[in-house]
Amino acid sequence: MTDVHIIGAGIHPFGRHPDMTGLDQGVYAVREALDDAGVAWADMQFAFGGSAAAGSADAALPRLGLTGVQFINISNGCATGGSSMLSGYWAIKSGEFDIGVVLGFDKHPRGAFNADPEASGLPRWYGETGMMLTTQFFAMKIRRYMELYGVSETSLGRVAVKAYENGARAPHAWRREPVDIETVLTSQMLSDPLTKFMFCSPAEGGVAMVLASDKKMRELGLTGPKVRGAAVRTRLRGSFEVFAPSLDVERGVAPTVLASEAAYAMAGVGPGDIDVAQIQDTESGAEIMHMAENGLCADGEQEAWLADGVTSLGGRLPINTDGGCLACGEPIGASGLRQIYENVQQLRGRAEGRQVPDAKLAYSQVYGAPGISAVAILEA
Amino acid sequence: MSVAVADDLFVERADGVRLIAGRRKADGEMRFPMPRGADAALYDPVELAPVGKLWSYTVQRFRPKTPPYIGADDEKSFVPFALGYVEFAGQVIAEGRILIDDPSSLKIGLPMKVAIEAFPTSTRGEVATYAFRPA
Repeated sequence: MTDVHIIGAGIHPFGRHPDMTGLDQGVYAVREALDDAGVAWADMQFAFGGSAAAGSADAALPRLGLTGVQFINISNGCATGGSSMLSGYWAIKSGEFDIGVVLGFDKHPRGAFNADPEASGLPRWYGETGMMLTTQFFAMKIRRYMELYGVSETSLGRVAVKAYENGARAPHAWRREPVDIETVLTSQMLSDPLTKFMFCSPAEGGVAMVLASDKKMRELGLTGPKVRGAAVRTRLRGSFEVFAPSLDVERGVAPTVLASEAAYAMAGVGPGDIDVAQIQDTESGAEIMHMAENGLCADGEQEAWLADGVTSLGGRLPINTDGGCLACGEPIGASGLRQIYENVQQLRGRAEGRQVPDAKLAYSQVYGAPGISAVAILEA
Repeated sequence: MSVAVADDLFVERADGVRLIAGRRKADGEMRFPMPRGADAALYDPVELAPVGKLWSYTVQRFRPKTPPYIGADDEKSFVPFALGYVEFAGQVIAEGRILIDDPSSLKIGLPMKVAIEAFPTSTRGEVATYAFRPA
């Protein structure tokens, strides 16, 4: 079977861009990815793309060229970007196609996402009495985790400080000013124990990737990271997810654990082999819990890891080297692809100012509603 | 007593307030609230124990967006409230608002009982909803 490589990557910087639509940012990213690879839109045999709040991704077609290309819109909650990536991976892996594009973009209004009980299959009173906020879910999940595994509020602060430090070094990040731990810990409390600086914000941005088969890449005289493993998984019974009026007494594992194990198995590698990782950090606590859900450390080890800077740039396993969602914001359709973009930069030695030396194996994981997780493992 | 925020959500018994959950006939899986509509026929209603243990909690520090929130307060008069999950042993873990003066006294594992809270709304006057308070 053929291997799948990423031969071009493009991004429109994340943040707020009042003069651009989400689609503008997606088209920008595709053009940059094509230029990066030195290939033309007309060469593309397929495209998979999605946005959660900025319209159909195939609206990019008149702008990129009406070439008759097979274009499939992807809509898969917070894993939309990861799912586009996986679709492109399968398309080439199957032997049906040699080269194509995956893209994701988005543009969300400010503030917390709106919640509609009926659209989520929930009774109205749940939202009416003030219990339908994603922020509450994240706070309660990390509160319990902190109690069970001895994680401190200082660790929550350290994750945020690291994110803004790294964001300051990444040209595509939104928040590019370092923030000290005192400011993080004493900023407005939103949902205890999480403060304002520990949460990411909805944002805007676009990312695209050109994928090619081994053979096509060689024909074109190009190189690029190889996709070693990629998997999307959904929740099992007993998993703690957003907007749940009740939970099973018997607890089950998170979807991230399933996606992670599947991706490691495909890649034939283990967590100890990973040189750099981008993992979902909707808020500080999510990064801490996802470190363990992805097998990168044991439950409770995060406290020492963060104190020792293991996951900082210069540490043994740098995590969220572009500042993650905390510094980049979270345009849903683009977020998972942003992680992969950052890993491509790291593996190609192009992550100026934040380069992980000799990075060979890079890991990414995007997670979100309604209990879905996508993992990709790339090799230089 | 004011009208309930929803029918068949909780019931007052001699030993306290009980939440009404549903047990799936096929496999015994429990969920709260008791499912409505097309799925209701697949479940039997079950009253949860009047006391459980705090499983996790937080404090809502800013006024939730309207819609869906219908509290009678506004940005200025909003008072932060605690909420959390209570585990009813052998039954289900249910989410609810928490009645407590000092949220910093909450601890995972704390025994909690079900109570009825008068909840002032902007659309329906005062309604009765369930809440948890330390037992």
